[in-house]
Amino acid sequence: MGKKEAMVSALRKELELRKGEFQNETVETIYFGGGTPSVLSCEEINDIINSVYENYQVSENPEVTLEANPDDLSKNQIIQLFKSPINRLSIGIQSFFEEDLKLMNRAHNAQEAEQCIREATKHFDNISIDLIYGIPEMTNERWIQNIEKALSYDVPHISSYALTVEPKTALASFIQKGIIKPVDDEVAQEHFKILLDKMETAGFKCYEISNFGKPGYFSKNNTAYWQQKKYIGIGPSAHSYDGGRRSWNINNNPKYIKSIENNKLPVEIEVLSKTDKYNEYVMTGLRTIWGVSLTKVQEEFGKQYLKYLLQQADKYLEEQLLFIDDDKLIATKKGRFLADGIAADLFMINL
Amino acid sequence: MKHIRNFCIIAHIDHGKSTLADRLLDFTGAVTDREKKEQLLDSMDLERERGITIKSHAIQMEYTYQSQEYVLNLIDTPGHVDFSYEVSRSIAACEGALLVVDAAQSIQAQTISNLYLALENDLEIIPVLNKVDLPSANPEEVTDDIVDLLGCDTEEVIPASAKTGIGIEEILSAIIERIPPPEGNPDESLQALVFDSVYNPFRGVETYFRVINGEIKKGQKIKFVATDKDYFADEVGTLKLTQEIKQSVKAGDVGYLITGIKDAREVKVGDTITDAAKPTKNAIEGFEDVKPMVFAGIYPVDTDEFEELRSSMEKLQLNDASLVFAPESSAALGFGFRCGFLGMLHMEIIQERLEREFNMTVITTVPNVSYHAFTRKNPDTALIVNNPTDLPDPSSIDRVEEPYIKATIITKSDFVGNVMSLCIEKRGQITNQTYLTTERVELNFDMPLAEIVFDFYDRLKTVSKGYASFDYAPIGMRKSKLVRVDILLNAQPVDALSALIHADNAVTIGKKMCEKLKELIPRQQFDIPIQAAIGAKIISRETTKALRKDVTAKCYGGDISRKRKLLEKQKKGKKRMRQVGNVEVPQEAFMAVLKLND
Repeated sequence: MGKKEAMVSALRKELELRKGEFQNETVETIYFGGGTPSVLSCEEINDIINSVYENYQVSENPEVTLEANPDDLSKNQIIQLFKSPINRLSIGIQSFFEEDLKLMNRAHNAQEAEQCIREATKHFDNISIDLIYGIPEMTNERWIQNIEKALSYDVPHISSYALTVEPKTALASFIQKGIIKPVDDEVAQEHFKILLDKMETAGFKCYEISNFGKPGYFSKNNTAYWQQKKYIGIGPSAHSYDGGRRSWNINNNPKYIKSIENNKLPVEIEVLSKTDKYNEYVMTGLRTIWGVSLTKVQEEFGKQYLKYLLQQADKYLEEQLLFIDDDKLIATKKGRFLADGIAADLFMINL
Repeated sequence: MKHIRNFCIIAHIDHGKSTLADRLLDFTGAVTDREKKEQLLDSMDLERERGITIKSHAIQMEYTYQSQEYVLNLIDTPGHVDFSYEVSRSIAACEGALLVVDAAQSIQAQTISNLYLALENDLEIIPVLNKVDLPSANPEEVTDDIVDLLGCDTEEVIPASAKTGIGIEEILSAIIERIPPPEGNPDESLQALVFDSVYNPFRGVETYFRVINGEIKKGQKIKFVATDKDYFADEVGTLKLTQEIKQSVKAGDVGYLITGIKDAREVKVGDTITDAAKPTKNAIEGFEDVKPMVFAGIYPVDTDEFEELRSSMEKLQLNDASLVFAPESSAALGFGFRCGFLGMLHMEIIQERLEREFNMTVITTVPNVSYHAFTRKNPDTALIVNNPTDLPDPSSIDRVEEPYIKATIITKSDFVGNVMSLCIEKRGQITNQTYLTTERVELNFDMPLAEIVFDFYDRLKTVSKGYASFDYAPIGMRKSKLVRVDILLNAQPVDALSALIHADNAVTIGKKMCEKLKELIPRQQFDIPIQAAIGAKIISRETTKALRKDVTAKCYGGDISRKRKLLEKQKKGKKRMRQVGNVEVPQEAFMAVLKLND
């Protein structure tokens, strides 16, 4: 058995081992993501989805997403995928410009990027593409062209992130050696503003800081993360949440496979305290258009938390970085970019 | 009385004074093995940690020499220039001194000034060459230095190692042989010199004294001459490692006194204790009220803790009479205290003690010295300015005077150039240059005290590669061209960051202050302009850009808990910051001006 087969069978086995965790739940979304799941063949993908159906109760029309890199999406592959239960593609385009792709060390080129979208849109209606901004040397003009190019394919969803330089990557070392200019926060902020304006004009809603969707096309799977829904993450390094505990699998493929083969979940668990849960709710809530529900805070965390939240929020309300709509505390357009700092201030901390 | 010897130890920091003291205690059996701790005499935690003596201490040893019983009183002196007055009183209580010199580092400025003090008081000096066992020791040369300095014979210098015990016996016999026994008349009216006091929360203030004439008896009604207050001597005794209660302490001896005094300010170092009924006509000379040299504001980080801070400061003052404070208010920081300190070390100690012993989180503002301002209207009356914000409007000022000091610096001749440039940059004027040996030079400067406050020590150490030592003495007020440099954060002046600076340096320092603050003030939700201004004129500007990192990164599944933990950490860090207007300013920023050259 090859490495890939071993991994697929471990993933299927983990699904089976963990079915007890979701006994009274209905699976509403399935998401293949993190790394490059598009290396899987259609059969392998189908096998995994079948395992989900065999072990879990699945809703009638689940959202089934595959994250894919353009170079994995050949014409034939797209047709095959369309025949599978996959009904949503999230394509890691990153940029339509050669120089950006090179800088980020991507496997695909600009031509492949366009070609694969052209092909995908022929079959799939629910498509998301990833775009990266704040790349060194990326001018505002090039960023605008990137967005316009994406919009020209009439995709209903775009996820867009500022480039972050992870330590110990090739990019980090190039920057350190001065071969590449460092990432500039100012530029990133400007790109973000351009993005907001462009997307809004095109009829998209920024339903989370990095996610833009046309009505009806918000990612159900990702939304679940910000609304404290339960999820099971299968595979190495995947995170799960059961409403009270967050757990994550070991991030080493051979160890993962070995453990699963021995019927053992290679998992670490963190129990979230009430305060942790409150902090996470505030942090994620402020990133989204759904905000932080005051009723929910009172019901789930109690009057003390609500009182504290409102007291801490006061100055941001005054500065118009936050506003209250109905019973929701929501970040304003200006406040959204500062959501992290504001959230930290609204956090409950036991010192 | 002829079997009593009173002596102190004069040494530079790190030359082994405390270790030598420990060794003497060991050797004479004053301390049992069980009681042994490193640096026995340094009783404050802070002293032991920093390895320096802050308060004076005294301890009595018994030693049999040539079948005679002797009582040896060792009076340990503080080893820092901030406490030089205490040193001078300790010296006045002795007949002899051990001059401890590191065999590798030779004589340092502080040692010399204390040595001069001892010579002025006619003390018998016993030179001790310490750390002779160190590989870097240079005994012959350093012995020559000592002989040159004292004009003594080479044989008088005792080679020793406090660490290994070499020379301890010789030192003890020299103490007995060479130091004269105290003179004094036990039948005269009581006359005792206060050289230190210690606050004990249960017993009140313990006064340490040396009896010059007469005797002090339990139950006696006594008087403190300077404060003119009477007390009953509830308890008297001598100072072994623990106190030994006695019926009386007689002329020549050293002891402690408990009178039920609860406030350290009532016991002044240098004061004379006498009999209330039959007071002496001769108060001991040299009494001074200790004057603070450096001033700074101390504010609670949390404005609600003002009252708590007041009560902590009051308690601190009970055992540190040299601390003075008065309430003040700052537009930026709210209510706090303007405090006077003996020097920068004293200031650090107070801040640290507030945090350690009273669990207060405080902000100390930019320290300054005490200026005299004269207005055009009243050109003969000095307005005392202990806080830069109290400086009158520049248009109404006739002149400003600032305190000057005479600085004594001893360094290797290689570094004379560096040291001179530093002192000149610090507005010093050289008054004297003497080669103590071919290698060692003594330099004298007249310098503004304010320049010593601002990062002088550290830079002196740097430019001389650690080979310069420094001491100073105030020499009065001199006219000076000073301006106030204000700092604005987010266009709001922050009074706690204002500083009085010589007009010629104001622009450079203002610029450096802005740069330093930019480094120290963390990014916040908005851009923060940092400006330095003289009057209405902005002389420098920097901007701390708004915080925006990470918000645009992915936030799914596992990212959520990583991000939460990161933000929680950020929030905890904020706890030690002070809100000024809408800007969070960390504690260190208020002292930034002191570290402009780091």
